[in-house]
Amino acid sequence: MIRFCWPGQLRKAGILGMNERNSWYIGRYNDRRNYPLVDNKLKTKRLAEDAGIAVPELISVVRSQHEINQAAKLLQGLNDFVIKPAQGSGGKGILVIVGRDGDYFVKPSGDRLSLLDIQRDLSNILGGLYSLGGKPDVAMIEARVEFDPVFADYSFEGVPDVRVITFLGYPVMAMLRLATRASDGKANLHQGAVGVGIDLATGKGLQAVQFDTPIEAHPDTGTSFQHLIVPYWDEILHLSAACYEVTELGYMGCDIVLDRDKGPLILEMNARPGLAIQIANGHGLIPRLIQLEQKARSQACVKERVSWAIAQFS
Amino acid sequence: MRREKLQLYIIALVLIALGTGLALYKHSELDFPLLPGERQSLWTIEARIDFQAQGKPVTVSLARPGGGNGYQAVQEDYASSGYGFALKEAEGQNRAQWTRRSAEGDQTIYYRLQVGKLDHQPPQTSVATPPALAAVDLDEPVLTAAGAVVAQARRQSADARSQTEQLLQLLNNPAPSQDVQVLQNLSPGPGVDASTVVQLLSLAGIPARVIKGLELEDRRRNQMLVSRIEVFADNQRYYFDPAHSIEGLTENFLIWQRGGVSLLDVTGGQDSQVRFSTLASDTSARSLALRSAKTEQITLIDFSIYSLPVADQNAFKSILLVPIGTLIVVFLRVIVGIRTSGTFMPILMALAFIQTTLLTGLAIFIVVVTIGLWIRSALSNLNLLLVARISSVVIVVIGIMAGLSIISFKLGLEQVLTVTFFPMIILAWTIERMSILWEEEGAREVLAQGSGSLLVATLAYLLMTNNIVEHLTFNFPELLLVILALNLLLGQYTGYRLTELVRFQPLIHQHHRAVAHTGSEQRPNYCDEADSDKPSAQEKQP
Repeated sequence: MIRFCWPGQLRKAGILGMNERNSWYIGRYNDRRNYPLVDNKLKTKRLAEDAGIAVPELISVVRSQHEINQAAKLLQGLNDFVIKPAQGSGGKGILVIVGRDGDYFVKPSGDRLSLLDIQRDLSNILGGLYSLGGKPDVAMIEARVEFDPVFADYSFEGVPDVRVITFLGYPVMAMLRLATRASDGKANLHQGAVGVGIDLATGKGLQAVQFDTPIEAHPDTGTSFQHLIVPYWDEILHLSAACYEVTELGYMGCDIVLDRDKGPLILEMNARPGLAIQIANGHGLIPRLIQLEQKARSQACVKERVSWAIAQFS
Repeated sequence: MRREKLQLYIIALVLIALGTGLALYKHSELDFPLLPGERQSLWTIEARIDFQAQGKPVTVSLARPGGGNGYQAVQEDYASSGYGFALKEAEGQNRAQWTRRSAEGDQTIYYRLQVGKLDHQPPQTSVATPPALAAVDLDEPVLTAAGAVVAQARRQSADARSQTEQLLQLLNNPAPSQDVQVLQNLSPGPGVDASTVVQLLSLAGIPARVIKGLELEDRRRNQMLVSRIEVFADNQRYYFDPAHSIEGLTENFLIWQRGGVSLLDVTGGQDSQVRFSTLASDTSARSLALRSAKTEQITLIDFSIYSLPVADQNAFKSILLVPIGTLIVVFLRVIVGIRTSGTFMPILMALAFIQTTLLTGLAIFIVVVTIGLWIRSALSNLNLLLVARISSVVIVVIGIMAGLSIISFKLGLEQVLTVTFFPMIILAWTIERMSILWEEEGAREVLAQGSGSLLVATLAYLLMTNNIVEHLTFNFPELLLVILALNLLLGQYTGYRLTELVRFQPLIHQHHRAVAHTGSEQRPNYCDEADSDKPSAQEKQP
């Protein structure tokens, strides 16, 4: 039987619903004018680089069909890289290559792709297949994050990333997203990735969720999330809080990956972050958002914001 | 926030009031039916009055039909050059009166009338006070014969109604008795005329009167009014055809005049006569109302889609249904939270279903998309540019449609031929999206969105094909304002979606668990934090 609960119960638990997120938090705090800054990952990257925010290195940009034909030259000497559409949404069209096998490129799953496959993906991106509304797009080729092995036991392939929801520049809630076999190595909760709620103060794992259902251990590796601790936690919070000045989006999700050598990097930002983070944290967003709306000191610097959030939300 | 909401509520309220107000006005004042009715006849009756004027002041007075038997006048027209016109009432009978100071020679006056059965209630038959008994104006030996006939009818009957019936049967007997023959000799034509019957009934103590009217028939000219007898008994009125001893009025009988008043009075003229011609046109109750509104030059109707040619009106019939579909989509997305492939694709599907009928449409859609997805996966190996690929999928879709049509025709499944009503481009895009979705998010999402779309399309179809909805949207387009208001109200709904009640349900049930084992190391207790920290939030500002 389908289990359900009453709206009053959700309200009492402070759960943010999709309608309220859209009309109140996104509609009011996210100026539409600023959307392109996050919807276009190329712009985001440029802005972040200018602001001194750490991001994965951009190798090259493919803008025309002509350049696709010369993909072989473009990819020469690159063993591992990521191809992504600048305006893709929901992780669509992202191709991760972890190595080469002769003429073939190897995906994290071990599948091998020919140069032709890569070119098809590039031309799909340029054709606008993955972009909102089918607009023509450009493809970005960037350095693959050498992900920190700290999560190796927790993730089935793929790059785990940390999603931090920030509101008015204050970190509000965080979760670690771990790829699973079901999610095909992608850290996308819709596709079956695991979300682990993270304590804002300590970076410790709280509880985990897959397909909106709470779980105790990683479905593929079997590792319990009980002792999970995200390293560089303070840095991650500062990084996400700093994005506010760059995008000026009040309600935002920052996706951060941990690079073995470079530490936390901003992977992308999202003007419409999902709501599953509440299940992963076992906690609703609304009390924290209201607390911030009432407090709303806009002049606070990144450091002040982070320490306030740690004090309030842990 | 409150002010914005208040504003929105006021706007919505005004829109709803305006929409329903206009609709109710059209219903109550212009007689637009709220529910779709069956089709019915609209009759055009033309009374042509001819007379010889004698150079003196002329007054022509014609009885007008006064209702009854369910008929109501939709339109009246008094075409007569040089005559003044007035509506009068005398002795309970409506009359039309034409006047002229002086006229000479042959005169013709037309009185044109359109009637229709506007209300569907059966005609009123009860009557509180029956008229007085008609005066008996018979001499001997007719009176004796009449008394004998009445007495015989009385013996053979139980009450006033059956007595009338018996009386008429005696009078119309093909082998009449001597008494009846005496009575028949009174009238110029064969049989006994209606006024004699009324007098006979008077002898029997039954109040009755002659009514005259037209048996409406299509394309009849030079008609005369025919007589019926209205009999009052037990506070009810009964109608009889005196020449055929049949009880009741036919559906098409239009009562023109009642009682002994004259049909036509002409002063200042001679050799007057009135002839009727009747013409039927099949029409709905709605167009009756529309016609009467148009003739009265009501601006609301004059500047509406009804002033468009009929073909364009028909186009609007389906266009006006689209807002119903969009409202369903908005409702299912905002309140229920169903995911669909493409926001308004389900509406286009529903429009296609209207042509194909639901089950055939669903089957065709599933077959086409399934085959399409299969072929599309083959296409994906060809490394095509997006636009070229979509256009190839369109061709594939056309191929599938043609194949389906041919196979089904050979198999004798005629319904499948309606496959052509599906918009190909939409099908192609749906296939393309589904295939991308499959690659990116897996079959689970394809099934979720696919069935979501079909569910929304089905619901939209069921509403859009509903007779009442179709009738209301077309005849009361002002109800669009109400739909607009509903959209506005739905648009500001910030509560939870129904699917979220299921989705976030683990959170609630966990909260209960958390209370049970407090101090669990794995999960700090967030429950209390929200409440206990709020007051201190102000003090703790950095």
